[in-house]
Amino acid sequence: MPTARLNRLLEAANQIILGKDHEIRLALACVIARGHLLIEDVPGVGKTTLAHTLAQLMGLQFQRIQFTSDLLPADIIGVSIFDRDTSAFRFHPGPVFAQLVLADEINRASPKTQSALLEAMGERQVTADGNTFDLPEPFFVIATQNPAHQVGTFPLPESQLDRFLLRIRLGYPDPLAERALLMGEDRRSLLERHTPALEADDLIALQHAARSVHVAERLIDYVQALLSATRHDAELSAGLSPRAGLGLLSVARAWALMQGRDHVLPEDVQGLFPHLAGHRLHLAGDGRPVTGATLMRLLHAVALP
Amino acid sequence: MILDRLRAHSGKRQKPSAEVLLGRRQGSWLLGTALLTLAPHVSWLPPWIIALCAALLSWRGLLLWRGKQAPPHLLLLLLTVAAAAGVRAEFGHFFGKDPGVALLALLLGLKLLEVRSARDVRATVMLCFFLQLAIFFEDQSLPIAALALCATLLALVSLVTLIDPRGHETGHVRTAATLMAQGLPFMLALFVLFPRIEGPLWGLPADAFSARTGLSETMSPGSISALSTSGAIAFRASFAGSAPAPVQRYWRGPVLSQFDGRSWHAGRVQEAATPFYSPGGERIDYTLTLEAHARRWLLALDFPGTASAEPDPAAGRESGSGALRYTSDYQLLDRQPVHVRARYPLNAYPDTVVGREQSAAILAAARQLPPGFNARTQALAIELAAGASSDAQILQRAIDHLRDAELIYTLDPPLLGTDSVDEFLFDTKRGFCEHFASAFTVLMRAAGVPARVVTGYQGGEINPIDGNLVVRQLDAHAWSEVWLAGRGWVRVDPTYVSAPRRIEEGLAAALPAGESLAFSLGSQNNWARSVRLRWEALSNAWNQRVLGYNPDRQRELLAGLGIQGDDVWVLAGTLMACASALMLALFIWASRKRKAEDALDRAWRRLSKRLARRGLERQPWEGAHDYARRVALAIPELEAAMRTIGDNYARLRYGPEPDAAQVQALIRKIKTLRLP
Repeated sequence: MPTARLNRLLEAANQIILGKDHEIRLALACVIARGHLLIEDVPGVGKTTLAHTLAQLMGLQFQRIQFTSDLLPADIIGVSIFDRDTSAFRFHPGPVFAQLVLADEINRASPKTQSALLEAMGERQVTADGNTFDLPEPFFVIATQNPAHQVGTFPLPESQLDRFLLRIRLGYPDPLAERALLMGEDRRSLLERHTPALEADDLIALQHAARSVHVAERLIDYVQALLSATRHDAELSAGLSPRAGLGLLSVARAWALMQGRDHVLPEDVQGLFPHLAGHRLHLAGDGRPVTGATLMRLLHAVALP
Repeated sequence: MILDRLRAHSGKRQKPSAEVLLGRRQGSWLLGTALLTLAPHVSWLPPWIIALCAALLSWRGLLLWRGKQAPPHLLLLLLTVAAAAGVRAEFGHFFGKDPGVALLALLLGLKLLEVRSARDVRATVMLCFFLQLAIFFEDQSLPIAALALCATLLALVSLVTLIDPRGHETGHVRTAATLMAQGLPFMLALFVLFPRIEGPLWGLPADAFSARTGLSETMSPGSISALSTSGAIAFRASFAGSAPAPVQRYWRGPVLSQFDGRSWHAGRVQEAATPFYSPGGERIDYTLTLEAHARRWLLALDFPGTASAEPDPAAGRESGSGALRYTSDYQLLDRQPVHVRARYPLNAYPDTVVGREQSAAILAAARQLPPGFNARTQALAIELAAGASSDAQILQRAIDHLRDAELIYTLDPPLLGTDSVDEFLFDTKRGFCEHFASAFTVLMRAAGVPARVVTGYQGGEINPIDGNLVVRQLDAHAWSEVWLAGRGWVRVDPTYVSAPRRIEEGLAAALPAGESLAFSLGSQNNWARSVRLRWEALSNAWNQRVLGYNPDRQRELLAGLGIQGDDVWVLAGTLMACASALMLALFIWASRKRKAEDALDRAWRRLSKRLARRGLERQPWEGAHDYARRVALAIPELEAAMRTIGDNYARLRYGPEPDAAQVQALIRKIKTLRLP
C-alpha cells in the first residue's frame, strides 16, 4: 500500500524536521504531482535539511548545487570534454543529473545560469553540444531563495517562477519544536540512521495513482471560477496561467491521494491555492508579490458551485 | 481548518475595516458623481457659489491625485460657516428652495472634502441623490432629466465601488446599470399611477411669481425688439387640420388703447364668460400649449370661439383653472396667471366680424391722444383726412403714405426722443414693429379714426417632424386695429406694408443684410435647422407626454386601461398591485439566475439556513468538509452527525459515480437532523 508507506515516510520526516508536518506534506504533494518546489525563507530554518530528508526517505539520488554569481550553465548541466583515447568529445553530466536536485539560493546566479536549470526542469531533458540527454526519472528540483537579502541577486522573472508548482515558506519552528530541536541530536546523523521509506519505483507508482484521482465537473467549475477571479481582479497585474490551473488540479489530486481519498474536494484546492498562486501573482501597482490576505480575499470571493 | 492555518501563515492579518480610507478609485467615482450632479445647477446658482463649488471639487481632485486625505476639521468647519453666511447674505434667508438647494450644493463640496469612511461616502451619495432631484425645481427639460439619470448611475457606481472596492470597473458599472434597470419599472409604475397633483408640485409662492420674459401690458419703443433676441419658445400649437397661412397667424395678446406720448397701456376692459361677438365663418381647431409666463392672457388665434361649448371631454379643465374668460377687446384670459406650462384646446373663427356696435365711450377712448406730442404727425393726419369721404379712405391714404415713405424694418432702430412718432416717420425712418404699430395708430387717431395697438405673436414655424407650430419670443409682434363704421374692428398691420417678408417668411427673412439672428434660429443652414427641428419635436413630445401628464390625462389613461374612478384608494391599490407584481417578477428573475439545484443541494442549502439562525451560516466559498467541522466545533452535540453529513455530502458531490441510494439516505439524514 503506497499510502501506508507514505505515512511511514511522513512519520520519519517529522522526526527529523520538527513541527513542519504541513510543509513536509506540501513538498511531498509537489513531488507526487511531478512539480518542482520553491522554498523561500531566511537561512537556517531547515531548507537544506528538508531537501536532504526527502531525498533520503524517498530513496532518491541527491545533488546539491550552491548557486553563486559566477556559476556557469556548464556547471549545472555538464560539459563535453575531448577524450584523447576515443578522439571524440565525451559528455560529462553535471549535478543536474540526479533525481532530486537542491538548487540552493537560486537567485544568486546570473539569469543565464538560472535559465539553464529552469529549462532542464521544464523539459526534463538537457541539450548540450547538439545532443539531448534525458534526465533521470523521477526528477524533482527544490530551489531555495532568500527573500530578505536582495542585494546582488537576480530575482527570478515571473515566467520562470511559473515553472515551480508550489512555493512554501518554512518559517521559524514553534517554541516546543524548537526546544526539542535544541535538545535533540544532530539532524544529519539522525538522517543517516533512517532507511528510505519508499523505493524510487514507489514514487513513480504514486505519481501514476495521483493522476487517476477523480475530479468532478463541479470542481473543474470551481477551479475555473478561481482562475477567472485572478484574471479579473483589479488589484493584480495578471491572472493565473492555464499551466497554473493544470498544476493546481494535479497537486490537488496528489493531496487527495495523500489523504487517502479517491476524489478532490474544494478544500484541497483552497488549501493549496495560496502556495500555488503566491509566487505567480503580483500586485498591479508596484509589482510586489501578493500577500496572504489578498489570496484569502480571492478565495472568499469565489463561491462554490 | 487549512484556511485558518493559511491565515496565520500570511503573517499580516487584515485590519478590521471600520475606518476605510477613501481610495483613489472610490474617490474618483464620488468626485465624478458630485461633478455631474452639480453641473446642471450651474444654470441658476449665483456665480460665487459656482466658483466655490468648483474650487472645492478641484481641491478634492488634487488631494485624490496627490493621494492625500482630508484637510483638517477646523478649516472645513470655518469654510462651512462662511458658506452658510454667504448663502444667507445672497438670499436674505434660509427658507425656500433656492437658498436651500444652494446651501446643499456647497455642503456637497465640503462633505466631499471630509470624506474618510464608508459612512461618509454613503452620506455624500445621498446628498447627490437629493441634489439630482432638486435640479427639477429649476428645469424639467429632457437634457436635464438625461443628465440627472447619468448622475444617478454614477452615484450607484460609487456605492457599488464602496461594497466591492477591488472589483473590476466595468463590472461595477454593469452592476449599477442593472440596479437602475431594475428600478425602471418601478419608476414607470409610480409615474403612471401615483396620484398626480394639480399645478407646480414645488411651486413655493415666492418662486412661482418670478419674472419671465414675454409680452407685457405696456409697449414703448424697444420693448418688443428686446424680445427678438430670445429664441425661447412662447407657445406651441397643433392644428387639427392644416395650419393657417403665415399671414393669418396673428396670435392676440394684450390690446393697448391708451397712449401717453411715449408708451402704450392697456385700457379698462370688461370680462365675460362668453365672447363679445358671435363667431362665424370658417373654424380652425387647435391645441395651444402655452409656456408659463405668469400672466393671465392666452395667445389665441383671432378670434376665439367658445371653448366651453366643446363636447370634447378632454377640454375645459385641461388648463386646470376652470373655464376661460373673454374680454371686451377680444383677448382670451385664464382665471389664474399661467405659472406652469398648460394646454388649452381652442378654436378660432378668423372671418368673424367683431365690434360693429361699439359704445361712444370706447370709440372716444380709441381716438384719444395726449396733447403736445408729435406735431408733424398731427399735421400729416389732417392733410390725409382732408377731403376724405370715409374713415376707410383715410385708412387707405395712410397706408399708401406709409408705403411711399420707404420706412426700414430693422432690429436695431435708433433711439428716439420725446416726439417718438414724428422722429420715426420723418427723420430716422428705421424701426421695429412697435414703431410701425405705434406710429400708424397715432396717425389714425390724429386723423380722427378710432385705432388701437394689439400686441401678440405673429407667424411661427411649423416643425415638419411632428407638424406642430412653434412660436418663439422673437415672433412677438405689434399691429394696429382700426374701427370702421359698418365693419367693426379691422386689423391693419403697418409692418406688413413696409416689410411684407416679415409676415410672409418670418423675422429672419425680413431683416436687412448685415443683421442676423442667432445661428441656429436665423440661419438657413439646413443641417442645423433639421437638428433643431428634431430636437424641438422631441422636447415637445417630452413636454406633452411626461411633463404634461396631469390629473386629467392620468384619469383618461387609466380609464383607457379599464381603471375607473377618482378614488385615491383605487389608485393606491393599483399601485400596490403593480409594485407587488414587479417585485415578484424581479424575485423570480433573481431566483432563476441561481443555478438549478437538485434535491441534495436543496437539502444542504436548507440545513445551512437552519444553522444560520445560530450564526452558523455556510459561507459561499466554504466547502462541506470545513463547514461541517466548523459546526461540529460550535455545537458539540452535532459533532458526529455533522461530520458524517459533511463527509458524505462532499463524497457524493465530488466523488466518482454517486450512488442514488446513498444520495437519498443522505437527504433523509439531513432532513431529520435535529438541532439541539
